[in-house]
Amino acid sequence: MQKTKFILGGLLILAAVVYLIASSTQASAEYFMTVDELKAEGSDVIGKSLRASGAVIGDSIQYDPETLTLSFDVAHVPGDNADIEAQGGLAFVLHEAVTDPARARMQVVYVGPKPDLLRDEAQAIMTGHVAEDGIFYADELLLKCPTKYEEAVPEQSEG
Amino acid sequence: MLADFGYGVLVVTFILALYSVIIAINGERNKSAQMVESARRAQLLTFPLLSVAAGVLLYELITSNFNVSFVYEVTSRSMPTYLKVTAWWGGQSGSLLFWAWLLSAFTSAVTLRKWDRDREFLPWVIVVSSITLAFFLSMNIFFENPFARFWQTVQGIDAFTFKPAGGVPFAPQDGNGLNPLLRHPGMVIHPPTLYLGFVAYVIPFAFAIAALVTGRTDDRWTRLTRRWSLWAWLFLSLGLVLGGRWAYDVLGWGGYWGWDPVEIAAFMPWLTGTAFLHSVMIQEHKGMLKHWNMILIMLTYSLVIFGTFLTRSGVLSSVHSFAQSAIGPMFFGFIGATFITSVALLIWRWPELKSETEMKSMLSREAFFLLNNLLFLSVLVVCFWGVIFPLISELFTGQKVTVGPPFYERANTPLFGAMMALMGIAPLSAWGKSTLLTLGRAIWKPTIPALFVPVLAYFAGYTNWVALIGFFLVAFVIFVTLYDTVRSAQARQRAQKENFFTALGRLAGRNRRRYGGYLIHISMMLMAIGILGIELFQTETQGTISQGESLQLAGYTVEYKDVATWPDQGAGVQYTRSAVDVFKDGEYLGELNPRIDFYFDSQQTMTIPGQRSTLQDDLYILLVDWQPVSSVGATFKIYHNPLVNWLWVGSLLFIAGMFFAAWPDKDPSLRPVRASKQVTQTSAAD
Repeated sequence: MQKTKFILGGLLILAAVVYLIASSTQASAEYFMTVDELKAEGSDVIGKSLRASGAVIGDSIQYDPETLTLSFDVAHVPGDNADIEAQGGLAFVLHEAVTDPARARMQVVYVGPKPDLLRDEAQAIMTGHVAEDGIFYADELLLKCPTKYEEAVPEQSEG
Repeated sequence: MLADFGYGVLVVTFILALYSVIIAINGERNKSAQMVESARRAQLLTFPLLSVAAGVLLYELITSNFNVSFVYEVTSRSMPTYLKVTAWWGGQSGSLLFWAWLLSAFTSAVTLRKWDRDREFLPWVIVVSSITLAFFLSMNIFFENPFARFWQTVQGIDAFTFKPAGGVPFAPQDGNGLNPLLRHPGMVIHPPTLYLGFVAYVIPFAFAIAALVTGRTDDRWTRLTRRWSLWAWLFLSLGLVLGGRWAYDVLGWGGYWGWDPVEIAAFMPWLTGTAFLHSVMIQEHKGMLKHWNMILIMLTYSLVIFGTFLTRSGVLSSVHSFAQSAIGPMFFGFIGATFITSVALLIWRWPELKSETEMKSMLSREAFFLLNNLLFLSVLVVCFWGVIFPLISELFTGQKVTVGPPFYERANTPLFGAMMALMGIAPLSAWGKSTLLTLGRAIWKPTIPALFVPVLAYFAGYTNWVALIGFFLVAFVIFVTLYDTVRSAQARQRAQKENFFTALGRLAGRNRRRYGGYLIHISMMLMAIGILGIELFQTETQGTISQGESLQLAGYTVEYKDVATWPDQGAGVQYTRSAVDVFKDGEYLGELNPRIDFYFDSQQTMTIPGQRSTLQDDLYILLVDWQPVSSVGATFKIYHNPLVNWLWVGSLLFIAGMFFAAWPDKDPSLRPVRASKQVTQTSAAD
C-alpha cells in the first residue's frame, strides 16, 4: 500500500518534470543558424526565434550614442566547432571570413551599450529575429575574441 | 633549464601516481602490508613533488620568463606581482596543474591524518585519487604542458616541450597579459574556490568506491567523509557566489547569473552535492537510501570532472570562450570509464546495500528528504537537458536548436518554489512517522504571520504574483525555522533550568549540523529575496545627456557633472572616469564614478559600473560612451536592482552557517548516530 503510494508520487513528480521541460523547451527554443543558412532560408525565418553567429566586420561598426543603436555586419562562419577546428581554428576562420569579400554577410542591429569586446574579427553570437528588411535584430549580443586568450574570456552580454 | 626541470618533475610525479595505483591494488590483493605502505609513501611524495613543479611555474610567472609560452599567454610586464601569481590558474595548462596539486594535497591530508583508523579504506582511496591525479597529470604531460617553451625554427616560432631540430630558444619582449576582465579580486579567488570544492569531492567519492570494493557497506564511509563533503560543498557554493558577484561588478550587464553553459557546469555538481548532503543524513539515521547515496556521489564526481572538462574544451558554444584543444575527448573518455567502473562496482554490491528499514509514511522526515532529493535531481535534469539539447536536436533533426535563459527560468522556478516549501516543512517532521496533525501543530503558528508578508509586499508595490508567492515562502521558511529554534530552546530552558540564551547556545552547540543547516536555510531565503528582487523588478533606462542634465529612474535622479580621461602608462590603462550626482526624491545622496578603462596591451575596454548599494536596492550606472569635446555629453545606462543586496548578505550568513555546521568538535565523525537514537524522539529534540 505504502509502496504504491510512493511509486505513484514518484511518477507524478516525473510527469511534472517532463511536462516542465517539454513546455519550456518549446517556449524558448532558438534555432541556431549560420549566415549562409539564414540567407538560404530567406523569408521562411522571418519572425522566428533565432541564434546566429558570424565574424564581425570592423569597418561596418556604427554606433549612435544618442539612440544607443549599434549596427554592424557579420560574415558567415561555420556553426559547428568541429568544422571550425578542421578549418584551422576559430581565430583563423574569423580572419578568413572577414577578409573574404565573397562570403555571405548580414547586417545586425542592436540597441544598448556598445559591448567592450566588439571589434574586427570578433565572433558575434546574436539572439533575436530577422525582420522583413533582412536585418537581424538582436535582443542579446555575445562576443568572443579567441585570438589571444585561451582562458575563459567572459561574456559581454546584454539582454 | 628550469622549465624543463619542472616538466621532468611532472613526469616523475605521474609515474609515482601510476605506481601507487598498481602497488596499492596488488598489496590489497596479496594482503601485503608492505606493498600498501609503499603505495602510501609514493602517494605522499606526489604532494612535495607537485609543490616543486608549482613553485617552478610560479617562479617563471613572477620573473616574467616569456620563453615559457604559458607565462607569455597569461602575464605581461605591467601586471602587479599578485596577479602574476594568480595567473597560475588563469590559463588551461596552469589550472590543470593547480587541480592536480590540490588533489594531491587533499589525498595526503587523508592518508597522513587517520591512516590507522581508516586503514581498511585508505588503500582504495589512494587508488581512486591517484588514478584521478594521474589523469590530470597526463593531460599536462601529453597535451597541455605548462612548461612548454618557445623555439625558433625554420618553420617559425612555436611552443614545444622538447627542443625541435635546429631550434633556438625564443623569448618575446612582453607577454599577452591576463584579460583585463579577469583582473578583478573576485576573479582572482573565484576559480581556486570553485576548484577547492571540485577537488574536495574526489575524497568522498574515493571513500565510496573504497566502501564498495571492501564490502564495508554500512554508513562508515559517509560518516568519515561528512566533513569533506561539507567543506567541498561550502567552497563550491562560495565559488558560485563569487562568480556571480564578479559578473555583477565587471561584466556590466546588471546581472549576476546568465545560465551560461559554464555556469551550469559548476552548478550541476552543486545540485547533486546538495542532494547528497541531505540524503546521507537519512542513511545515517535510518539506514536507508544506500544505493541512492552511492549514485549521488558518483554523479557528483563525474559532474566535477565534466565541469572541469566543459570549461576546458570546445564542446559547447558558450559566452565564455573555450579553449579548443585535444583534451576534450580525453576528458570524455575518462568520465565515461570512471562512471562505468563505479556503476559496475555498485551493481556488484547492490544486494548488500539493501535498506535496513522501509519508508512508512509520506509525511515522515525521510520521505521529505527523498522528495528534496528528487527536486534537486529534477533541476539537474533540467540543466543537463538545456546544456545538451543543441547536441540532441542536431542529432535527431539535423537542426541545431538552443535554449536560452528563459528555458531554465521557466522550468526551474516551480522546482525552486517547491524546494523552498520543503525547506520550511521538512525540518519539523519527525523521523519514521508524522501525521498531518503533528506536522500541522508544528507549523500553523509561524504560517499565519508569514501570510501577512505578501500582503504587505503587495501594498509596498510588489504586485507580481510569482514574487508574492516567493515572498510568502521566504517568510514561511524563516518564521518556521526561528519558531522551531525558539521552541526547542524554551523546552531546554525549562528542562535544564537555564536562562534562554544559555539554553539556545548549548542546544545549537550540541546539534551543530541541525542548527548550522538552519542558518544555511535562512541564508538561502535571504538570497532568494535578492534573486526575486533583481529577476522580477529590475528596471533600466538609458540616455545621452550633456553636463548638468539628468536621467530619472525609480525615484532616483542622476545628474551628469563631469568626465575626465587620463592615461596610466605604468599600468597600461587609459582611464575615463565620469562623475554623476545622485539624488533621491530631491535629496542629495552622493557622487558616483562610472568608468571605462582601456587596456593598451589587449586593446580592450572594460566598463566599470558606479554602484550605490543599500539593502533596499542597488543603483547601477554604466558609462556607455562619451564625446571629448561636444555638447552632446555622455551616454549612461542605469539599472535599478531592488533588493539585490540580500543576495550578498545571504551569502555571508551562508558562510557563517557553514562554519558553524562544519567546525570540528571532538571527532564527531565517529559518534554513532543511530545508537543514541534508540528512543523515538520528537524532531525538536533531534
